[in-house]
Amino acid sequence: MNRSPYITDAPTVSIIMLKVLLALVPGIIAYTWIYGGGILVSLTIATTTALAAEAMLLKIRQRPIKPYLMDMSAVVTAWLLALALPPLAPWWLVVVGTFFAIVIAKQLYGGLGYNPFNPAMVGYAVLLISFPLIMTKWPAPLLLAEHPLSFIEQLHFIFSNVLPNDIKVDAITSATPLDYLKTQLMLKHEVASITEASIFGQFGAKGGEVVTGAYLLGGLYLIQQRIISWHLPTAFLAALAAISFTFCAINPAHYANPLFHLMSGASMLCAFFIITDPVSGPTTPRGKLYFAAGVGVLTYLIRVYGGYPDGVAFAVLLMNMCVPLIDALTQPRVFGHKK
Amino acid sequence: MNAIINFASNLIRGVSSNKDVFKFNGGVHPHDHKAESTTLPIAQLALPEKLILPLRQHVGYIPKVLVQVGDFVLKGQMLAEPEGTVSAAIHAPTSGTITAISEQVIPHPSGLPDMCITLTPDGKDTWAQLQPTDWRNADKKVLVDSLRSSGIVGLGGATFPTHIKLRTNGKSNVQTLVINAAECEPYITCDDMLMRERADQVIKGIEIVQHLLGAEKCIIGIEDNKPQAASAMTAACTSKAMQVKVVPTLYPSGDARRLIHLLLDIEIPNDKRSTDVGIQVFNIATVLAVYRYFEFGEPAINRIVTMTGNVAKPQNFEVLFGTPLEALIKAAGGAKADTTHYIMGGPMMGFDLPNEQVPITKAANCIIAAAPDLFAAPPPAMPCIRCARCADACPVNLQPQELYWFSKADNFEKARDYHLFDCIECGCCTYVCPSDIPLVQYYRYAKSEIIALDKAKEAADLARERNDFRLARIEREKLERAQKHAERALAGKAEAKSSEIAVAEATKEQLSEKQETAPNVETTTSAPSDKQVAIAAAIARAKAQKLASANATESTTESATATEAIKTPEVEAAELKAKQDKQALIAAAIERAKAQKLAAAQAGVTPKNVENVSAAVQAEINETDALREKVKLATETKKPE
Repeated sequence: MNRSPYITDAPTVSIIMLKVLLALVPGIIAYTWIYGGGILVSLTIATTTALAAEAMLLKIRQRPIKPYLMDMSAVVTAWLLALALPPLAPWWLVVVGTFFAIVIAKQLYGGLGYNPFNPAMVGYAVLLISFPLIMTKWPAPLLLAEHPLSFIEQLHFIFSNVLPNDIKVDAITSATPLDYLKTQLMLKHEVASITEASIFGQFGAKGGEVVTGAYLLGGLYLIQQRIISWHLPTAFLAALAAISFTFCAINPAHYANPLFHLMSGASMLCAFFIITDPVSGPTTPRGKLYFAAGVGVLTYLIRVYGGYPDGVAFAVLLMNMCVPLIDALTQPRVFGHKK
Repeated sequence: MNAIINFASNLIRGVSSNKDVFKFNGGVHPHDHKAESTTLPIAQLALPEKLILPLRQHVGYIPKVLVQVGDFVLKGQMLAEPEGTVSAAIHAPTSGTITAISEQVIPHPSGLPDMCITLTPDGKDTWAQLQPTDWRNADKKVLVDSLRSSGIVGLGGATFPTHIKLRTNGKSNVQTLVINAAECEPYITCDDMLMRERADQVIKGIEIVQHLLGAEKCIIGIEDNKPQAASAMTAACTSKAMQVKVVPTLYPSGDARRLIHLLLDIEIPNDKRSTDVGIQVFNIATVLAVYRYFEFGEPAINRIVTMTGNVAKPQNFEVLFGTPLEALIKAAGGAKADTTHYIMGGPMMGFDLPNEQVPITKAANCIIAAAPDLFAAPPPAMPCIRCARCADACPVNLQPQELYWFSKADNFEKARDYHLFDCIECGCCTYVCPSDIPLVQYYRYAKSEIIALDKAKEAADLARERNDFRLARIEREKLERAQKHAERALAGKAEAKSSEIAVAEATKEQLSEKQETAPNVETTTSAPSDKQVAIAAAIARAKAQKLASANATESTTESATATEAIKTPEVEAAELKAKQDKQALIAAAIERAKAQKLAAAQAGVTPKNVENVSAAVQAEINETDALREKVKLATETKKPE
């Protein structure tokens, strides 16, 4: 029998997924610091839901449960979705989103390795369309809030939608900078005056940019560990920067600068953690560049011209559709074949 | 774009900036495990009790056995001579008696038995008369021809007969000789030790090969994990036309096409051989064998084998071909208790040996005793997550994840489109797969399936062609028979009427032929079954096709429509025309016969051979005449219908 090679040297799928989770930790720490411990609750709810849903579906599909739960891919999906949702999202929102991501977007397509769309982004898109009001209301960072909620108060809010006496929902939430910029631009204000509002920080959102920076750090770790290839984040960030620079150069009064776009919303999470999902992304080096650049451009266009404040989820899903085509058209030249 | 990608990739990977070496895509860095077997020098293995010499030890035709059971042979005597161009001889590795010529289990991935010559040594190790060659002054063609009977094949593992690689047909276009001493597979050290200990002989071998090829320069490629071998070779180099080039350790740099790229920055086109671009590659051990053959007249009877892995004393041995594996294991201090089986070749491309009795062959560069802690059983495969690590590792720049997908789905056409046959089965993809998918197995499966399908198709095409030809032959024979009948009838009988009979007969035969359900005389069953009807229908179709294609001026009737059972008007017209042609032929024959008869009558001569016939023959003639009369009557009565 010829069953060579007899030796292998590769991290298992579980190790890869665990490293992705590890790379998210700096972002989660920053998140907790900026928005409070509520995110840890969301992460727990999402993780539990994802594992339960995965186990249930594996059982129904008569697949071995243990090895597939141990691959940790469901946890990665759960964390990414939880981090993409607004902090203090009600518990049921997290459950619905995660359940949809795991059951519909992943298991019904055949489970790990077979989903054509990024499960976390499918979950996010479903929630955004179904519950737009909750999904666009972000609590202000603790340092900006009039009444910073304690962890216990956040817990109460997440599970029973109850706030401490004489605090209204509006008092703890505010529009995100991306959202605020959009509405203010519609009111014919100029970018320079809009960004003077308190919610804007050095580059992006006040507080939010710290989290974004932490994601960048985690992402660089993933590249260093060769868990993700440099192609995807580089092309995404470069495309986003290039298109925002072009627009900003033409009309700086109406279009925000590239740094704002790079450091706002889900840009960094998208660059290093979302478009780097190998299953729903392209495999060829050139394809990765096109794919990520496409997501970057679409993200910008949706942010500027679309109906939603951030465009990452829809941009990713749209580009997911193009993956088979991108792969087919970007096959690298095989050794010895003509150039 | 690609330049940017490459630059960025190199930046991140931190690739060495050695400008002298031209890196190929991918490759892997497995632990080389070479130190274990290089502590001891190459040792001679004692004469075993018996030697089993498989006839199939090389790529190509099986050689023709020259000896019989009971024959006494001398060391170096030819036991089997090459048959056909691509074939290699087998020689007696020692003196002794041929005790069997039978099927035995050979070291092959299939584990199936094959023809072997068994030689029982007499212990005296008596050489046959050896004939060294003065290679410097001999004609190149004569030298290469003599190599045909040397039994030397590529000792790197490919076992391609060496004399074919040296055939230059008078003019050689090989400018560069590449000596493959990369030895990139882990565990294997036979070439390493060979260079350390016998560099001088190797260099002489290179001189001979270079001389035979007429190659201006020679580059010896050695991986940088063999510094001692590299320095020994550099020290032994005798001419400026030879150059030792150290390449970075990277599996599979020992693959010929990869090595050429590394050393020369030349990519051999996928549909060409290296000789098409003026490069010939030889394994270093093969070169030494060539030297020993010309210098001492020694044919290929032994090789150096690395015995390593889970044995007490891993070491390299000079082993006679045919030596049972167990003798080698014993010489290496025996296998440790937890040894499970043995692997021939390296851990990346080797295969499991069926047992410990299999003989060492020309391809056996390394034997590894396997144990669970050396080669862990692979965990169950997980789904492919399309991480493309395999694509990053592929030295051919294939997309293994796509090939896997297509092979798994039996989508063979797609697999072929994605260049499945460019895969060298080096195993890099499996080596780096996080999901532990046995990718190479899928490619081997897909390749063998595609080859089998192609062969089946070829066989079907051939069978169809043969059947068409057979049907055409039957048709032709019938026609000839009818013609002969007509001629004989005319020649045999001097009556003018006979012509009518002949025509009638011919027509009758034609008629009967039409009525026959199966013109196939081999089918003996008389009861017409559905099957027969089906066969007849098929034959009729084939006939129609044949005729159509014969008559069509465009001759493009190989199209799908021709295979359909429905008779098109064209086919019918063709049939009619064929029938007319046939009748015209018969008529012409009759005309000829008539003319002959007339001539004979004018000259006053009777037809030949009717005078001196025996009574029996005369009776036969009479009988035939009577029959003809009957037939004539029958046809006449039938006419009104």
